[in-house]
Amino acid sequence: MTSTAARTDLTPDKREITTKPRLSDRVFRGVATGGGLSSLVILGLILIFLAYQGYQILRLEGLGFITESNWDVVQDNAGNTDLAASNFGLAAMLIGTLLCAALAVVIAVPISVLCALYLTFYAPEFLKRLMVAIIDLMAAFPSILFGMWGFFILMPHVEYWAMLVFKYFNWIPIFQMDVPVFTRSPFVAGFVLAIMIIPIVTSISREIFSQTPLDRVQAAYALGATRWAMIKAVVIPYGRGGVVGGAMLGLGRAMGETVAVYTVLNIVYQINWQVLIGAGGNVASMILLKFGEASPTETGALMAAGLVLFMLTLLVNSIADLIVNRTGGKGR
Amino acid sequence: MSTVTVKPGRPWKRTPKQVMSTVLVLLVSAAISFTAVAATEMKGKLAYLAIFFISVVVINFAENYFNRGIAAAKDSVSSSVTAAGLVIAVVPIFSILYTIFDYGRAGLNFNMFLKDMSANGPNDPLGQGGLLHALLGSFIMVGFGLLMSLPIGILTAIYLTEIKGIYSRPIRFLVQAMSGVPSIVAGLFILSAIIFPITKSSSGFMGSLALAILMIPTIARTSEEVLLLIPDDLREAGVALGGTQWRTVSLIVVPAAKSGLVTAIILGIARVAGETAPLILVSGGGDAVNANPFESPMGSLPFYIWKGFIFGTTESIARSWAGIFVLLVIIFFLFIAARMLSGSGSKK
Repeated sequence: MTSTAARTDLTPDKREITTKPRLSDRVFRGVATGGGLSSLVILGLILIFLAYQGYQILRLEGLGFITESNWDVVQDNAGNTDLAASNFGLAAMLIGTLLCAALAVVIAVPISVLCALYLTFYAPEFLKRLMVAIIDLMAAFPSILFGMWGFFILMPHVEYWAMLVFKYFNWIPIFQMDVPVFTRSPFVAGFVLAIMIIPIVTSISREIFSQTPLDRVQAAYALGATRWAMIKAVVIPYGRGGVVGGAMLGLGRAMGETVAVYTVLNIVYQINWQVLIGAGGNVASMILLKFGEASPTETGALMAAGLVLFMLTLLVNSIADLIVNRTGGKGR
Repeated sequence: MSTVTVKPGRPWKRTPKQVMSTVLVLLVSAAISFTAVAATEMKGKLAYLAIFFISVVVINFAENYFNRGIAAAKDSVSSSVTAAGLVIAVVPIFSILYTIFDYGRAGLNFNMFLKDMSANGPNDPLGQGGLLHALLGSFIMVGFGLLMSLPIGILTAIYLTEIKGIYSRPIRFLVQAMSGVPSIVAGLFILSAIIFPITKSSSGFMGSLALAILMIPTIARTSEEVLLLIPDDLREAGVALGGTQWRTVSLIVVPAAKSGLVTAIILGIARVAGETAPLILVSGGGDAVNANPFESPMGSLPFYIWKGFIFGTTESIARSWAGIFVLLVIIFFLFIAARMLSGSGSKK
């Protein structure tokens, strides 16, 4: 018994095992977390400040700000804006934004998907590398470049295509018009935006397609499938969701585009569903157009317009991001 | 006993006969498209291309159908159609590059790197004036923007890859959402948050704030990808040697990812170098050389291009094209540098 007691005495005190990080680590974690949360802070600040500047107009117009389509700034004799007589309704530009962006997506997505399929499954290795580099480079082109190129080079061609479309498809409502003048229409803007988003949609589709499980691809080949049969049976069912997400990312970018639309589109404040008529606009380019000579009140309205645009693109991007991540980037 | 040396074969290589038949198909299609355009009312390049493409598809389809069956024929059609997608996607790029070279040439001269536009209007002959103020302004604005966005971007990436805290998922989501913020909204934000309530005047620094907002997501996402490539063995080795997390990250992980982080910086710069809309709103766009970003308007390359385009005369537009030429050369070199650093092609 005594020996046991002695042994008990000899047992060292229990070591204190701690997972408490040192001060340097706590500081490091704090700083890094702060840096990480900055994106939340910035997005929140954008929301707060735009809402603050646009508050007066938003409260005055209420829901009418996005459902009505009159933008009349009435000034009294002293040069102040007469709020009661003025109207701020964004609907026309919202429709223009959606029209141009949707047209761009309709044009760009088939081209991008075909291009991505070719690069992933058909192209020889050297061509693939070269083309991927070139398409990535194109994604870094600034929008003013697309705008000027669209204005000087693409527009004459697209006007001719618009004429062809009008000639053969004028029984479709959105292609109807009374006076066949095709200059600076949403149709042109849609083409320029389409060319801008092709690199993005292509690279996302390519990434999704290249993540197709290899065992399924090889199983299809082993069963004697041609490349097309393999694509139809394996790649398209697998990548469909990701392509939809990529298309929505392209949509988001096309909706927020300013300079390229400003250069090629004849910005007229009216609701216009007819894509061939040379009048339209989008929210971003309208802000740029009206900003120069805007009175303080109208500036507030433009801030509110910016807020609507911000929330719209945020929504589209978030949905796109959810879809892409659910399909593709599991192994990220 | 003699050893049999098997000569390595290349059964997948195309035989001369196959190459000949491809060339033949292309030639016949070209001939068909010429005759069709000449014989019918269809005119223009579009008609040539469309008929050429359709005849290539039809001939290939027929050939494969009779030789190898319907499945091969369908495959040949899909091969041609997807290749057409690639062609349509890259034609604009080459057209843009050619246009810039063709139109930009006229306005290029060495003098324009030495002078600003303070004494000249945009309509003056091309030899006078220059874009020194724009280059300098762009350089300062992007530099200051980088100074602000680099720490935030890299800290975000470190949070996402090293700390992996409870906010990782929402932050990754928000960074992605932030990369979709339209550039004009960044400009409006700086106007509403700083220029209207505080400074009441535009300056280069305001431009760099707007650019920083646009640069953060690019830098954060690229750095995150780079840091994810660093093997966990390195981190574990650092911790096993008794290093704190701070020491492991600062002395092992970040140095190992150095070239990748430089790539992230370069891509961030390339992303905002040509950003026009926010600078129109907040930077003021002066015509004289102004090296002080905190006072008085500051020119920038995109603004210079924009101004020339809006002015709308032959000379001013030629100036714009020359400006685009310079801008694109800068972006091109940044892009090449980024690809070289990231070890081109090693990713895939």
